[in-house]
Amino acid sequence: MPARAGLGLKPQHMSDVLTQCPDIGFFEVHAENHMVAGGPLHHLLGCVRERYPLSLHGVGLSIGGEAPLDEAHLRRLHDLIERYEPAVFSEHLAWSSHGGHFLNDLLPLPYDSDTLHRVCNHVDQTQCHLRRPILLENPATYLAFSSSTFSEADFLGEVVRRTGCGLLLDLNNVHVSCTNHGLDAEAYIDALPLHAVGEVHLAGHAVDEDAVGAPLLIDHHGSPVDDAVWHLHERLIARLGPLPTLLERDNNVPCLATLLSEAARAERTLMHWTPA
Amino acid sequence: MNQTTLAAALLDPGLPCPPGLTTWNGSDPTRRLAVHRNNIVVSLIDALSATFPVTRQFVGDDFFHAMARTFVHRQPPTSPVMAFYGAALPDFIASFVPAQALPCLPDLARLEMARLHACHAADAALVSREDIGAALATDTPICELVIACHPSVQVLRSAHAVVSLWAAHQDDALLEQLGELDVTRPESAVVLRQAGDAVVLPVPLGVAVFTQSLLHHRPLAHASAEAQASDQHFDLAAALQLLLTQGAVSSISPPIRHTP
Repeated sequence: MPARAGLGLKPQHMSDVLTQCPDIGFFEVHAENHMVAGGPLHHLLGCVRERYPLSLHGVGLSIGGEAPLDEAHLRRLHDLIERYEPAVFSEHLAWSSHGGHFLNDLLPLPYDSDTLHRVCNHVDQTQCHLRRPILLENPATYLAFSSSTFSEADFLGEVVRRTGCGLLLDLNNVHVSCTNHGLDAEAYIDALPLHAVGEVHLAGHAVDEDAVGAPLLIDHHGSPVDDAVWHLHERLIARLGPLPTLLERDNNVPCLATLLSEAARAERTLMHWTPA
Repeated sequence: MNQTTLAAALLDPGLPCPPGLTTWNGSDPTRRLAVHRNNIVVSLIDALSATFPVTRQFVGDDFFHAMARTFVHRQPPTSPVMAFYGAALPDFIASFVPAQALPCLPDLARLEMARLHACHAADAALVSREDIGAALATDTPICELVIACHPSVQVLRSAHAVVSLWAAHQDDALLEQLGELDVTRPESAVVLRQAGDAVVLPVPLGVAVFTQSLLHHRPLAHASAEAQASDQHFDLAAALQLLLTQGAVSSISPPIRHTP
Protein backbone atom coordinates (compact mmCIF):
# COMPACT_ATOMS: atom_id res chain seq x y z
CA MET A 1 0.00 0.00 0.00
CA PRO A 2 1.39 3.47 -0.79
CA ALA A 3 2.76 5.42 2.18
CA ARG A 4 0.15 8.08 1.60
CA ALA A 5 -3.05 9.30 3.21
CA GLY A 6 -6.21 7.25 2.60
CA LEU A 7 -9.89 7.61 3.41
CA GLY A 8 -12.59 5.32 4.73
CA LEU A 9 -14.97 4.87 1.80
CA LYS A 10 -18.51 5.81 2.74
CA PRO A 11 -21.56 4.78 0.65
CA GLN A 12 -22.73 8.42 0.46
CA HIS A 13 -19.41 9.42 -1.16
CA MET A 14 -19.24 6.63 -3.73
CA SER A 15 -20.57 8.61 -6.68
CA ASP A 16 -18.43 11.68 -5.83
CA VAL A 17 -15.35 9.48 -5.61
CA LEU A 18 -16.06 7.91 -9.00
CA THR A 19 -16.80 11.19 -10.76
CA GLN A 20 -14.10 13.32 -9.10
CA CYS A 21 -11.39 10.64 -8.79
CA PRO A 22 -9.67 12.58 -5.96
CA ASP A 23 -5.90 12.27 -5.60
CA ILE A 24 -5.81 10.03 -2.54
CA GLY A 25 -3.46 7.18 -1.71
CA PHE A 26 -6.00 4.44 -0.98
CA PHE A 27 -9.50 3.69 0.29
CA GLU A 28 -10.49 1.44 3.16
CA VAL A 29 -13.79 -0.41 3.61
CA HIS A 30 -15.22 -2.55 6.37
CA ALA A 31 -15.22 -6.12 5.12
CA GLU A 32 -18.56 -7.01 6.72
CA ASN A 33 -20.36 -4.22 4.84
CA HIS A 34 -19.62 -5.99 1.57
CA MET A 35 -20.64 -9.50 2.57
CA VAL A 36 -23.73 -9.53 0.37
CA ALA A 37 -24.38 -11.55 -2.77
CA GLY A 38 -24.42 -8.81 -5.40
CA GLY A 39 -25.88 -5.44 -6.32
CA PRO A 40 -24.60 -1.88 -6.14
CA LEU A 41 -22.26 -2.33 -3.15
CA HIS A 42 -20.10 -4.76 -5.12
CA HIS A 43 -20.47 -2.90 -8.40
CA LEU A 44 -19.33 0.42 -6.92
CA LEU A 45 -16.53 -1.09 -4.84
CA GLY A 46 -15.28 -2.83 -7.98
CA CYS A 47 -15.21 0.53 -9.79
CA VAL A 48 -13.28 2.14 -6.91
CA ARG A 49 -10.88 -0.81 -6.78
CA GLU A 50 -10.05 -0.35 -10.48
CA ARG A 51 -8.77 3.13 -9.66
CA TYR A 52 -7.30 2.88 -6.13
CA PRO A 53 -5.43 0.52 -3.81
CA LEU A 54 -7.77 -0.94 -1.21
CA SER A 55 -7.39 -1.73 2.48
CA LEU A 56 -9.91 -4.26 3.81
CA HIS A 57 -10.73 -3.74 7.49
CA GLY A 58 -12.55 -6.45 9.43
CA VAL A 59 -14.77 -5.58 12.38
CA GLY A 60 -16.46 -8.91 13.07
CA LEU A 61 -13.98 -11.78 13.26
CA SER A 62 -13.78 -11.68 17.08
CA ILE A 63 -10.10 -12.65 17.19
CA GLY A 64 -10.06 -12.27 20.96
CA GLY A 65 -13.19 -14.38 21.42
CA GLU A 66 -13.17 -17.39 23.73
CA ALA A 67 -15.18 -19.31 21.14
CA PRO A 68 -13.48 -20.83 18.07
CA LEU A 69 -13.26 -18.51 15.07
CA ASP A 70 -16.35 -18.53 12.85
CA GLU A 71 -15.21 -20.58 9.85
CA ALA A 72 -18.07 -19.35 7.68
CA HIS A 73 -16.87 -15.81 8.39
CA LEU A 74 -13.29 -16.75 7.49
CA ARG A 75 -14.59 -18.11 4.18
CA ARG A 76 -16.48 -14.89 3.52
CA LEU A 77 -13.29 -12.92 4.20
CA HIS A 78 -11.32 -15.21 1.92
CA ASP A 79 -13.87 -14.70 -0.88
CA LEU A 80 -13.78 -10.92 -0.52
CA ILE A 81 -9.98 -10.92 -0.59
CA GLU A 82 -9.99 -13.09 -3.72
CA ARG A 83 -12.46 -10.75 -5.36
CA TYR A 84 -10.88 -7.38 -4.53
CA GLU A 85 -7.22 -8.24 -3.90
CA PRO A 86 -6.77 -5.62 -1.17
CA ALA A 87 -3.26 -4.47 -0.34
CA VAL A 88 -3.84 -5.29 3.33
CA PHE A 89 -6.38 -6.95 5.57
CA SER A 90 -6.65 -5.83 9.17
CA GLU A 91 -8.62 -6.85 12.27
CA HIS A 92 -8.82 -5.85 15.93
CA LEU A 93 -7.35 -7.03 19.20
CA ALA A 94 -10.85 -7.44 20.62
CA TRP A 95 -13.85 -9.75 20.74
CA SER A 96 -17.37 -9.17 19.49
CA SER A 97 -19.13 -12.55 19.31
CA HIS A 98 -20.09 -14.89 22.11
CA GLY A 99 -22.68 -17.60 22.74
CA GLY A 100 -24.10 -17.33 19.23
CA HIS A 101 -24.60 -13.57 19.49
CA PHE A 102 -22.76 -10.81 17.66
CA LEU A 103 -22.54 -7.76 19.93
CA ASN A 104 -21.51 -5.22 17.25
CA ASP A 105 -18.86 -3.62 19.47
CA LEU A 106 -15.12 -4.15 19.95
CA LEU A 107 -14.88 -5.54 23.47
CA PRO A 108 -11.84 -5.53 25.77
CA LEU A 109 -9.61 -8.44 26.74
CA PRO A 110 -7.61 -9.29 29.86
CA TYR A 111 -3.95 -9.31 28.89
CA ASP A 112 -2.82 -12.61 30.40
CA SER A 113 -1.15 -15.77 29.13
CA ASP A 114 -4.45 -17.54 28.36
CA THR A 115 -5.61 -14.66 26.18
CA LEU A 116 -2.19 -14.43 24.52
CA HIS A 117 -2.27 -18.11 23.63
CA ARG A 118 -5.82 -17.84 22.25
CA VAL A 119 -5.24 -14.63 20.27
CA CYS A 120 -2.04 -16.05 18.74
CA ASN A 121 -3.90 -19.22 17.70
CA HIS A 122 -6.67 -17.17 16.14
CA VAL A 123 -4.23 -14.88 14.30
CA ASP A 124 -2.35 -17.96 13.04
CA GLN A 125 -5.59 -19.57 11.89
CA THR A 126 -6.68 -16.37 10.13
CA GLN A 127 -3.34 -15.91 8.39
CA CYS A 128 -3.32 -19.55 7.25
CA HIS A 129 -6.87 -19.31 5.96
CA LEU A 130 -6.33 -16.00 4.17
CA ARG A 131 -2.81 -16.97 3.07
CA ARG A 132 -1.37 -13.60 4.01
CA PRO A 133 -0.15 -11.80 7.11
CA ILE A 134 -2.79 -9.59 8.70
CA LEU A 135 -2.46 -6.31 10.56
CA LEU A 136 -3.81 -6.33 14.12
CA GLU A 137 -5.21 -3.05 15.47
CA ASN A 138 -4.66 -1.79 19.01
CA PRO A 139 -8.07 -1.21 20.63
CA ALA A 140 -9.71 1.79 22.26
CA THR A 141 -10.52 0.65 25.79
CA TYR A 142 -12.43 1.98 28.77
CA LEU A 143 -11.99 -0.85 31.23
CA ALA A 144 -9.05 -2.86 32.56
CA PHE A 145 -8.99 -6.36 34.08
CA SER A 146 -7.52 -7.21 37.45
CA SER A 147 -6.26 -10.48 35.89
CA SER A 148 -4.03 -8.71 33.30
CA THR A 149 -0.33 -9.50 33.63
CA PHE A 150 0.90 -7.75 30.46
CA SER A 151 0.70 -4.12 29.44
CA GLU A 152 -1.22 -3.75 26.18
CA ALA A 153 1.94 -2.72 24.31
CA ASP A 154 3.86 -5.76 25.58
CA PHE A 155 0.91 -8.01 24.76
CA LEU A 156 0.82 -6.70 21.17
CA GLY A 157 4.59 -7.14 20.98
CA GLU A 158 4.25 -10.80 21.93
CA VAL A 159 1.44 -11.40 19.39
CA VAL A 160 3.56 -9.81 16.65
CA ARG A 161 6.62 -11.81 17.66
CA ARG A 162 4.81 -15.16 17.85
CA THR A 163 2.55 -14.86 14.77
CA GLY A 164 4.47 -12.61 12.39
CA CYS A 165 1.40 -10.41 11.98
CA GLY A 166 1.79 -6.67 11.47
CA LEU A 167 0.38 -3.81 13.49
CA LEU A 168 -2.33 -1.39 12.53
CA LEU A 169 -1.47 1.48 14.85
CA ASP A 170 -4.59 3.49 15.60
CA LEU A 171 -3.27 6.69 17.15
CA ASN A 172 -6.71 7.88 18.23
CA ASN A 173 -7.13 4.58 20.08
CA VAL A 174 -3.73 5.15 21.71
CA HIS A 175 -4.77 8.61 22.87
CA VAL A 176 -8.21 7.41 24.01
CA SER A 177 -6.91 4.36 25.89
CA CYS A 178 -3.97 6.15 27.49
CA THR A 179 -6.21 8.97 28.69
CA ASN A 180 -8.76 6.45 29.99
CA HIS A 181 -6.11 4.46 31.88
CA GLY A 182 -3.87 7.28 33.08
CA LEU A 183 -0.97 6.26 30.82
CA ASP A 184 1.55 8.25 28.78
CA ALA A 185 0.68 7.91 25.07
CA GLU A 186 4.24 8.48 23.83
CA ALA A 187 5.65 5.89 26.22
CA TYR A 188 2.93 3.45 25.12
CA ILE A 189 3.87 3.93 21.45
CA ASP A 190 7.58 3.61 22.18
CA ALA A 191 6.94 0.23 23.85
CA LEU A 192 5.21 -1.18 20.73
CA PRO A 193 6.95 -3.33 18.07
CA LEU A 194 7.09 -0.31 15.75
CA HIS A 195 8.98 -2.19 13.03
CA ALA A 196 5.71 -4.10 12.40
CA VAL A 197 3.48 -1.06 11.78
CA GLY A 198 1.90 -1.47 8.34
CA GLU A 199 -0.83 1.15 8.56
CA VAL A 200 -1.87 4.04 10.79
CA HIS A 201 -5.43 5.07 11.67
CA LEU A 202 -6.47 8.58 12.67
CA ALA A 203 -9.98 9.42 13.90
CA GLY A 204 -11.96 11.62 16.25
CA HIS A 205 -13.29 10.89 19.72
CA ALA A 206 -15.88 12.29 22.11
CA VAL A 207 -15.07 13.56 25.60
CA ASP A 208 -17.06 12.31 28.58
CA GLU A 209 -16.36 11.77 32.28
CA ASP A 210 -15.96 8.65 34.37
CA ALA A 211 -17.65 8.07 37.76
CA VAL A 212 -15.26 10.45 39.59
CA GLY A 213 -15.23 13.15 36.94
CA ALA A 214 -11.95 12.16 35.26
CA PRO A 215 -11.90 12.49 31.45
CA LEU A 216 -13.31 9.43 29.70
CA LEU A 217 -12.66 9.56 25.95
CA ILE A 218 -15.03 7.66 23.67
CA ASP A 219 -13.77 6.38 20.33
CA HIS A 220 -16.72 7.38 18.10
CA HIS A 221 -15.21 8.26 14.69
CA GLY A 222 -17.67 11.12 14.56
CA SER A 223 -15.53 14.28 14.68
CA PRO A 224 -12.31 15.70 13.23
CA VAL A 225 -8.98 14.33 14.44
CA ASP A 226 -7.91 15.89 17.75
CA ASP A 227 -4.72 17.98 17.95
CA ALA A 228 -3.20 15.52 20.44
CA VAL A 229 -3.64 12.74 17.86
CA TRP A 230 -2.15 14.86 15.06
CA HIS A 231 0.83 15.42 17.32
CA LEU A 232 1.24 11.65 17.85
CA HIS A 233 1.10 11.19 14.06
CA GLU A 234 3.79 13.80 13.41
CA ARG A 235 5.99 12.26 16.09
CA LEU A 236 5.48 8.73 14.75
CA ILE A 237 6.21 9.68 11.13
CA ALA A 238 9.30 11.66 12.16
CA ARG A 239 10.56 8.48 13.78
CA LEU A 240 9.43 5.78 11.31
CA GLY A 241 9.11 7.64 8.03
CA PRO A 242 5.98 7.77 5.84
CA LEU A 243 3.33 5.10 6.49
CA PRO A 244 -0.11 4.52 4.92
CA THR A 245 -2.36 6.71 7.08
CA LEU A 246 -6.12 6.35 7.11
CA LEU A 247 -8.62 9.01 8.13
CA GLU A 248 -11.60 7.16 9.65
CA ARG A 249 -15.04 8.73 9.87
CA ASP A 250 -18.06 6.54 10.52
CA ASN A 251 -20.50 8.90 12.26
CA ASN A 252 -21.57 12.49 11.48
CA VAL A 253 -19.96 11.92 8.09
CA PRO A 254 -19.27 15.28 6.38
CA CYS A 255 -18.95 15.90 2.63
CA LEU A 256 -16.09 14.28 0.74
CA ALA A 257 -14.23 17.61 0.38
CA THR A 258 -14.04 18.00 4.18
CA LEU A 259 -12.57 14.53 4.60
CA LEU A 260 -10.15 15.14 1.74
CA SER A 261 -8.85 18.28 3.44
CA GLU A 262 -8.27 16.27 6.63
CA ALA A 263 -6.45 13.63 4.58
CA ALA A 264 -4.38 16.38 2.97
CA ARG A 265 -3.12 17.40 6.41
CA ALA A 266 -1.96 13.83 7.07
CA GLU A 267 -0.40 13.74 3.62
CA ARG A 268 1.63 16.89 4.33
CA THR A 269 3.17 15.19 7.36
CA LEU A 270 4.07 12.19 5.20
CA MET A 271 5.47 14.29 2.33
CA HIS A 272 7.56 16.59 4.53
CA TRP A 273 9.38 13.75 6.22
CA THR A 274 13.12 13.84 5.69
CA PRO A 275 15.52 11.09 6.78
CA ALA A 276 17.26 12.03 10.01
CA MET B 1 -14.35 -13.39 34.75
CA ASN B 2 -15.06 -14.98 31.39
CA GLN B 3 -16.76 -13.64 28.27
CA THR B 4 -20.02 -15.41 29.16
CA THR B 5 -20.30 -13.26 32.29
CA LEU B 6 -19.28 -10.08 30.51
CA ALA B 7 -21.56 -10.69 27.50
CA ALA B 8 -24.52 -11.28 29.86
CA ALA B 9 -23.79 -8.02 31.70
CA LEU B 10 -23.45 -6.15 28.40
CA LEU B 11 -26.79 -7.39 27.06
CA ASP B 12 -28.69 -6.90 30.31
CA PRO B 13 -28.16 -3.47 31.89
CA GLY B 14 -30.09 -4.72 34.92
CA LEU B 15 -27.18 -7.00 35.87
CA PRO B 16 -24.43 -5.60 38.12
CA CYS B 17 -20.98 -4.82 36.74
CA PRO B 18 -19.05 -8.14 36.87
CA PRO B 19 -16.16 -8.44 39.34
CA GLY B 20 -12.64 -8.33 37.93
CA LEU B 21 -13.05 -5.07 36.01
CA THR B 22 -10.82 -2.28 37.26
CA THR B 23 -10.07 1.37 36.58
CA TRP B 24 -6.76 3.21 37.00
CA ASN B 25 -8.25 5.81 39.34
CA GLY B 26 -10.47 3.53 41.39
CA SER B 27 -13.66 4.97 39.85
CA ASP B 28 -16.74 2.74 39.57
CA PRO B 29 -16.25 0.60 36.42
CA THR B 30 -20.04 0.50 35.90
CA ARG B 31 -19.84 3.92 34.26
CA ARG B 32 -17.20 2.62 31.81
CA LEU B 33 -19.09 -0.61 31.16
CA ALA B 34 -22.00 1.63 30.18
CA VAL B 35 -19.96 2.88 27.21
CA HIS B 36 -20.05 -0.63 25.74
CA ARG B 37 -23.68 -1.21 26.74
CA ASN B 38 -24.57 2.01 24.96
CA ASN B 39 -22.41 1.24 21.89
CA ILE B 40 -24.13 -2.10 21.43
CA VAL B 41 -27.73 -0.92 21.79
CA VAL B 42 -27.35 2.37 19.92
CA SER B 43 -25.44 0.83 17.00
CA LEU B 44 -28.08 -1.90 16.62
CA ILE B 45 -30.98 0.56 16.82
CA ASP B 46 -29.19 2.73 14.23
CA ALA B 47 -28.81 -0.30 11.97
CA LEU B 48 -32.55 -1.01 12.23
CA SER B 49 -33.37 2.68 11.63
CA ALA B 50 -31.33 2.59 8.44
CA THR B 51 -33.10 -0.57 7.22
CA PHE B 52 -36.63 0.60 8.07
CA PRO B 53 -36.73 4.38 7.38
CA VAL B 54 -40.42 4.46 6.36
CA THR B 55 -41.55 2.29 9.27
CA ARG B 56 -39.66 4.67 11.55
CA GLN B 57 -41.15 7.78 9.92
CA PHE B 58 -44.65 6.28 10.06
CA VAL B 59 -44.60 5.55 13.81
CA GLY B 60 -42.25 8.38 14.79
CA ASP B 61 -38.71 8.24 16.17
CA ASP B 62 -39.69 7.72 19.82
CA PHE B 63 -41.99 4.77 19.15
CA PHE B 64 -39.55 3.20 16.69
CA HIS B 65 -36.61 3.53 19.08
CA ALA B 66 -38.57 2.00 21.96
CA MET B 67 -39.71 -0.88 19.72
CA ALA B 68 -36.23 -1.38 18.27
CA ARG B 69 -34.68 -1.35 21.74
CA THR B 70 -37.01 -4.14 22.85
CA PHE B 71 -36.21 -6.11 19.68
CA VAL B 72 -32.45 -5.63 20.18
CA HIS B 73 -32.64 -7.02 23.71
CA ARG B 74 -34.81 -9.98 22.69
CA GLN B 75 -33.04 -10.81 19.43
CA PRO B 76 -29.45 -9.57 19.29
CA PRO B 77 -27.68 -10.29 15.98
CA THR B 78 -26.36 -13.79 15.41
CA SER B 79 -23.99 -12.87 12.56
CA PRO B 80 -21.30 -10.23 12.06
CA VAL B 81 -22.88 -9.54 8.67
CA MET B 82 -25.26 -6.81 9.73
CA ALA B 83 -26.93 -6.10 6.36
CA PHE B 84 -29.86 -8.40 7.14
CA TYR B 85 -30.15 -7.79 10.88
CA GLY B 86 -33.77 -6.84 11.15
CA ALA B 87 -35.09 -9.61 8.91
CA ALA B 88 -36.98 -10.83 11.99
CA LEU B 89 -38.28 -7.36 12.92
CA PRO B 90 -41.57 -7.58 10.92
CA ASP B 91 -42.62 -10.76 12.76
CA PHE B 92 -41.55 -9.16 16.03
CA ILE B 93 -43.70 -6.10 15.27
CA ALA B 94 -46.68 -8.40 14.66
CA SER B 95 -46.32 -9.67 18.24
CA PHE B 96 -45.35 -6.32 19.80
CA VAL B 97 -48.38 -5.34 21.85
CA PRO B 98 -47.96 -1.53 21.59
CA ALA B 99 -48.00 -1.88 17.77
CA GLN B 100 -51.32 -3.78 17.66
CA ALA B 101 -53.20 -0.56 16.91
CA LEU B 102 -51.31 -0.39 13.58
CA PRO B 103 -52.05 -3.75 11.90
CA CYS B 104 -50.39 -2.57 8.65
CA LEU B 105 -47.03 -2.06 10.38
CA PRO B 106 -45.56 -5.61 10.01
CA ASP B 107 -46.20 -5.58 6.25
CA LEU B 108 -44.82 -2.06 5.88
CA ALA B 109 -41.62 -3.36 7.51
CA ARG B 110 -41.73 -6.48 5.27
CA LEU B 111 -41.84 -4.23 2.21
CA GLU B 112 -38.74 -2.38 3.42
CA MET B 113 -36.98 -5.69 4.09
CA ALA B 114 -37.93 -6.88 0.58
CA ARG B 115 -36.26 -3.76 -0.84
CA LEU B 116 -33.10 -4.56 1.12
CA HIS B 117 -33.06 -8.16 -0.13
CA ALA B 118 -33.62 -6.94 -3.70
CA CYS B 119 -30.77 -4.46 -3.36
CA HIS B 120 -28.20 -7.02 -2.17
CA ALA B 121 -29.34 -10.08 -4.15
CA ALA B 122 -26.95 -11.86 -6.50
CA ASP B 123 -26.27 -10.39 -9.93
CA ALA B 124 -27.63 -12.27 -12.94
CA ALA B 125 -28.13 -11.54 -16.63
CA LEU B 126 -31.67 -10.87 -17.86
CA VAL B 127 -33.32 -13.09 -20.41
CA SER B 128 -32.62 -12.00 -24.01
CA ARG B 129 -34.85 -12.06 -27.08
CA GLU B 130 -32.68 -14.89 -28.38
CA ASP B 131 -33.23 -16.89 -25.16
CA ILE B 132 -36.98 -16.45 -25.51
CA GLY B 133 -36.85 -17.47 -29.18
CA ALA B 134 -34.80 -20.54 -28.35
CA ALA B 135 -37.22 -21.60 -25.58
CA LEU B 136 -40.19 -21.22 -27.91
CA ALA B 137 -38.41 -23.24 -30.61
CA THR B 138 -38.07 -26.33 -28.41
CA ASP B 139 -40.52 -29.22 -28.35
CA THR B 140 -41.75 -28.12 -24.92
CA PRO B 141 -45.28 -26.75 -25.01
CA ILE B 142 -45.34 -23.09 -23.94
CA CYS B 143 -47.46 -23.95 -20.91
CA GLU B 144 -44.68 -26.19 -19.55
CA LEU B 145 -41.88 -23.59 -19.82
CA VAL B 146 -40.30 -22.48 -16.58
CA ILE B 147 -39.61 -18.80 -16.09
CA ALA B 148 -36.76 -18.08 -13.68
CA CYS B 149 -37.01 -14.72 -11.95
CA HIS B 150 -33.98 -12.49 -11.43
CA PRO B 151 -32.47 -13.21 -7.95
CA SER B 152 -33.54 -9.74 -6.78
CA VAL B 153 -37.26 -10.40 -7.32
CA GLN B 154 -39.37 -10.35 -4.14
CA VAL B 155 -43.14 -10.45 -3.75
CA LEU B 156 -45.21 -8.80 -1.06
CA ARG B 157 -48.94 -9.52 -0.59
CA SER B 158 -50.63 -7.53 2.13
CA ALA B 159 -54.12 -7.18 3.54
CA HIS B 160 -53.25 -3.50 3.94
CA ALA B 161 -52.41 -0.65 1.59
CA VAL B 162 -48.72 -0.73 2.52
CA VAL B 163 -47.53 -0.22 -1.07
CA SER B 164 -49.35 3.12 -1.26
CA LEU B 165 -48.26 3.90 2.28
CA TRP B 166 -44.63 3.29 1.39
CA ALA B 167 -44.93 5.30 -1.86
CA ALA B 168 -46.46 8.22 0.03
CA HIS B 169 -43.33 8.44 2.18
CA GLN B 170 -41.20 8.92 -0.95
CA ASP B 171 -43.04 12.07 -2.00
CA ASP B 172 -43.95 15.04 0.21
CA ALA B 173 -47.03 15.90 -1.88
CA LEU B 174 -48.38 12.35 -1.49
CA LEU B 175 -47.50 12.35 2.20
CA GLU B 176 -49.76 15.38 2.75
CA GLN B 177 -52.70 13.36 1.34
CA LEU B 178 -51.97 10.34 3.55
CA GLY B 179 -55.17 10.94 5.54
CA GLU B 180 -57.24 10.08 2.45
CA LEU B 181 -55.62 6.66 2.06
CA ASP B 182 -57.80 3.66 2.93
CA VAL B 183 -55.17 1.58 4.73
CA THR B 184 -57.54 -1.41 5.01
CA ARG B 185 -57.40 -1.99 1.22
CA PRO B 186 -55.33 -5.09 0.27
CA GLU B 187 -52.30 -4.36 -1.92
CA SER B 188 -49.46 -6.31 -3.53
CA ALA B 189 -46.08 -5.45 -5.00
CA VAL B 190 -43.24 -6.99 -6.90
CA VAL B 191 -39.92 -5.63 -5.62
CA LEU B 192 -36.74 -5.93 -7.68
CA ARG B 193 -33.47 -4.21 -8.51
CA GLN B 194 -33.21 -1.95 -11.54
CA ALA B 195 -29.92 -0.20 -12.38
CA GLY B 196 -28.62 -0.73 -8.84
CA ASP B 197 -31.74 0.52 -7.04
CA ALA B 198 -34.56 -1.43 -5.39
CA VAL B 199 -37.85 -0.64 -7.14
CA VAL B 200 -41.36 -1.26 -5.80
CA LEU B 201 -43.91 -2.12 -8.52
CA PRO B 202 -47.53 -2.04 -7.34
CA VAL B 203 -49.26 -5.03 -8.98
CA PRO B 204 -52.70 -6.70 -8.89
CA LEU B 205 -53.01 -9.72 -6.61
CA GLY B 206 -52.93 -12.09 -9.62
CA VAL B 207 -49.53 -10.84 -10.76
CA ALA B 208 -48.16 -11.21 -7.22
CA VAL B 209 -49.45 -14.79 -6.97
CA PHE B 210 -48.12 -15.56 -10.48
CA THR B 211 -44.67 -14.20 -9.62
CA GLN B 212 -44.61 -16.08 -6.32
CA SER B 213 -45.46 -19.26 -8.19
CA LEU B 214 -42.61 -18.61 -10.66
CA LEU B 215 -40.28 -18.10 -7.68
CA HIS B 216 -41.30 -21.63 -6.63
CA HIS B 217 -40.21 -22.86 -10.11
CA ARG B 218 -43.75 -23.76 -11.20
CA PRO B 219 -44.27 -24.14 -14.96
CA LEU B 220 -46.11 -21.35 -16.77
CA ALA B 221 -49.51 -23.10 -16.88
CA HIS B 222 -49.36 -23.95 -13.17
CA ALA B 223 -48.38 -20.39 -12.18
CA SER B 224 -51.06 -18.95 -14.42
CA ALA B 225 -53.75 -21.24 -12.94
CA GLU B 226 -52.76 -20.25 -9.40
CA ALA B 227 -52.94 -16.58 -10.35
CA GLN B 228 -56.32 -17.05 -12.05
CA ALA B 229 -57.68 -18.83 -8.98
CA SER B 230 -56.72 -15.93 -6.74
CA ASP B 231 -57.69 -13.10 -9.11
CA GLN B 232 -60.32 -13.53 -11.83
CA HIS B 233 -58.96 -10.46 -13.65
CA PHE B 234 -55.51 -12.01 -14.05
CA ASP B 235 -54.16 -11.44 -17.57
CA LEU B 236 -51.25 -13.76 -18.38
CA ALA B 237 -50.02 -11.79 -21.39
CA ALA B 238 -50.00 -8.52 -19.44
CA ALA B 239 -48.25 -10.18 -16.51
CA LEU B 240 -45.53 -11.62 -18.74
CA GLN B 241 -45.06 -8.31 -20.48
CA LEU B 242 -44.71 -6.52 -17.15
CA LEU B 243 -42.16 -8.98 -15.78
CA LEU B 244 -40.12 -8.98 -19.01
CA THR B 245 -40.10 -5.20 -19.50
CA GLN B 246 -39.29 -4.53 -15.83
CA GLY B 247 -36.28 -6.82 -15.87
CA ALA B 248 -37.72 -9.49 -13.58
CA VAL B 249 -36.88 -12.52 -15.74
CA SER B 250 -33.45 -14.09 -16.02
CA SER B 251 -34.29 -17.20 -18.06
CA ILE B 252 -37.04 -19.12 -19.84
CA SER B 253 -36.41 -22.80 -20.31
CA PRO B 254 -38.01 -26.25 -20.47
CA PRO B 255 -38.53 -27.87 -17.06
CA ILE B 256 -35.72 -30.03 -15.74
CA ARG B 257 -36.82 -33.64 -16.26
CA HIS B 258 -36.02 -35.92 -13.35
CA THR B 259 -35.16 -39.32 -14.78
CA PRO B 260 -35.83 -42.21 -12.42
